[in-house]
Amino acid sequence: MKQTIVRRVGELPTFGFGPQSGPWWGAMSFMALEGMGFAIAIGAYLYLYAVNPTWPIGASPPDLWPGTAETIIFLLSIIPNQYANRAAHQQDRHKVRVWLVVMSLIGIVLLILRGFEFAHLNTRWDNSAYGSVVWLILGLHTTHLATDLGDTIVLAVLMFTSHARPRRFSDVTDNVFYWNFVVIAWLPLYVLLDWVPRL
Amino acid sequence: MSMAAEQRDVRDDALHGLQLAARLESIWRTPPGLTGALMSVDHKVIGRRYIVTAFTFLVLGGLLAILMRIQLSGAENRLLSPDLYNQVFTMHGSTMMFLFAVPVMEAFAVYLVPLMVGTRNIAFPRLNAFSYWMFLFGGCFLWISFLFNVGPDVGWFAYTPLSSLQFNPSKRADVWAQMITFTEVAALAVAVEIIVTVFKQRAPGMTLDRIPLFVWSMLVTAFLVMFAMPSIMVASTTLILDRLVSTRFYDPSSGGNVLLWQHLFWFFGHPEVYIIFIPATGMVSMILATFARRPVIGYPVIVLSLIATGFLSFGLWVHHMFVTGLPHLAAGLFTASSMLIAVPSGLQIFCWIATLWDGRPVYRTPLLFVLGFIVIFVIGGLSGVMVASVPIDTQVHDTYFVVAHFHYVLIGGAVFPLVGAVYYWFPKICGRMLSERLGRWNFWLAFFGFNIAFFPMHILGLMGMPRRVYTYTLEMGWERLNLLSSVGAVMFALSFAVLLANAIYSLRKGTPANDNPWDASTLEWATASPPPPQNFDRIPIVTHREPLWADGDTLPVVAGLSAERREVLLTSLAEAEPQIREASPEPSIWPLLTAIATTIFFIGSIFTPWAVLWGTPPMAITLIGWFWPTGSKEDEE
Repeated sequence: MKQTIVRRVGELPTFGFGPQSGPWWGAMSFMALEGMGFAIAIGAYLYLYAVNPTWPIGASPPDLWPGTAETIIFLLSIIPNQYANRAAHQQDRHKVRVWLVVMSLIGIVLLILRGFEFAHLNTRWDNSAYGSVVWLILGLHTTHLATDLGDTIVLAVLMFTSHARPRRFSDVTDNVFYWNFVVIAWLPLYVLLDWVPRL
Repeated sequence: MSMAAEQRDVRDDALHGLQLAARLESIWRTPPGLTGALMSVDHKVIGRRYIVTAFTFLVLGGLLAILMRIQLSGAENRLLSPDLYNQVFTMHGSTMMFLFAVPVMEAFAVYLVPLMVGTRNIAFPRLNAFSYWMFLFGGCFLWISFLFNVGPDVGWFAYTPLSSLQFNPSKRADVWAQMITFTEVAALAVAVEIIVTVFKQRAPGMTLDRIPLFVWSMLVTAFLVMFAMPSIMVASTTLILDRLVSTRFYDPSSGGNVLLWQHLFWFFGHPEVYIIFIPATGMVSMILATFARRPVIGYPVIVLSLIATGFLSFGLWVHHMFVTGLPHLAAGLFTASSMLIAVPSGLQIFCWIATLWDGRPVYRTPLLFVLGFIVIFVIGGLSGVMVASVPIDTQVHDTYFVVAHFHYVLIGGAVFPLVGAVYYWFPKICGRMLSERLGRWNFWLAFFGFNIAFFPMHILGLMGMPRRVYTYTLEMGWERLNLLSSVGAVMFALSFAVLLANAIYSLRKGTPANDNPWDASTLEWATASPPPPQNFDRIPIVTHREPLWADGDTLPVVAGLSAERREVLLTSLAEAEPQIREASPEPSIWPLLTAIATTIFFIGSIFTPWAVLWGTPPMAITLIGWFWPTGSKEDEE
């Protein structure tokens, strides 16, 4: 087929932020399907809750302090996360480094707290269906926490190398976006795991 | 990157004709040799592999079907032992659903969607490569297990407690559960790629109301995959946890509940049917427009029907569970929603009939398969409305009536359009036409074979023949119809032998195809057959829903993309206005290595929970290798 050039796009930028970029939509899609995973797991919990006459089964509810401490730290972590976002948009390599290191440290603290939370669930996965579903949900969220922490650490290291090119700042903003998802996904799980058994 | 290279930033408007084509080809081609092949991230190469692999699984699943039909052709046959028969029907169902039907639709999308929307590669090409390897390894894992007598034997739905450790102490159910994990990872990856490709990589001017119907259908399907598959992932994970580390999800003595399994399974399992059917409707719309020689009537109706079907498909899962003792209100609601979904499907069928009516149909093989689809699918739809009603369902549940129903829907609704699609797009993919004469043999064998094989099953079901029995006694009076069904099955199998022979013959001796042998209207026909690695030398601009019919002999295009590195044009979501010239990844071996690490993790975890611990570092390392910038032009912009 013959072709006629009717438009030139040579002046367009080579990377963008947010919904302009492809990876943002990729992150969005993964959040949607992982969010669905959480929703299904919550559904399974509520189903088992509904069909069992006693809840929790053969255990006392989880101790409140680890989950509550995590929730507070998760919520506060949004602040440095937004600073990382702003620094990436400004393409300020120095500040991006600082905030990514801060976010990595926060992630490590949360992961350690998560260990305590497992220890204070007051049930084992093989005790009862209650124990199984609690471990499943907490495990699922921990996988997300660990994955995003890994991603943050890799990005932080990358920012100290010669690969810290402008388009990597777009990756940083996607990582920020994903962290917010990990935080938001936690909130209903906190209510479900720590408070529903006390109803 | 050196300074000299930075200054020598050649764009595609500085080059013309063959010079441009050669240059783009050298940038986009898959590297030569075996390593090159293993590194490929070209959506066409991966799409072809995906299609061939899925059809291989179709042949394997089909051979199992023939084994079952031979077994059932007479009373008290002794060809298959009861135990082997259980494995055979489980393998048949699992293979057809998870290794053929879903992957083959996604495979066609992987190949066609980027061409149809006018871009150079799929979004996240390395994820695409990873997806293929996961699919391949998962499929091989299932089949190798079967050959070693560890094939699953609990049905393609693996109901608890039959699949629980207590009743299934071997590794068979674990193999099933982990095969699910493999294929779901692969399917979810493709879904994300399709969504982002359609949202962000459409050619300039391809507004939402100019998206080809097959692309619309794949977009809806991708969303179904995204929201349905997490459910089966949770299901298969909890099952395997019950079996391996003694969780109690499905153990009634510790508060577990076996019906939870059915809910989780069918919340996925019902949308699954539409994940298979909706792409096929997209194929039908494309083929119909070309062979009726006019645009499909009711484009907005069809698009809205696809979306409505997608939503409704999440509200019917309980109709698979009518005999589990539901509250009356729930049964009534799910009956209503099951009947409701017939409405959007019906609307589409009327649009197609109107298109044929108003067009000047050219009865080539692809159109024959579409006509066959309409007939068979309507019959399947009618028996579907029947089993949507609780009293009828209670009567025919677990009988051959249901087997007949879902084969009419799945084979009629998906396989007939699919074979039509093979005839339609073969020239684009392989550069040669399939033989029309063999095509007609193929169609009529398939049409008669299918109906002879499956129509009698309705009657057998009404006569009370249950599903999943390895044999029956002579006094039941089921022998004649079963023999007839078996004869039909062999005919139907022969039709696929004809298809295979046609493909092999035509690959060598078929008439060479030009760019647009059917005089079709969509963008995949605006490039060479088969397309060059870069798909298009210049990205087309879309001004009409049927671009190649509207634009005559000249294609309006954009210029200004790099002729130095792999670059795709990103456009806005609704209006498809150009926004970004984004780098597209180079070939890489890391997706394969990641898939191997993941395979070791998945299979290892069947044998020891510790695999989760030692299996994770290799996965993390390969993933970092995958994403770490290599210092190439792509990465450093």
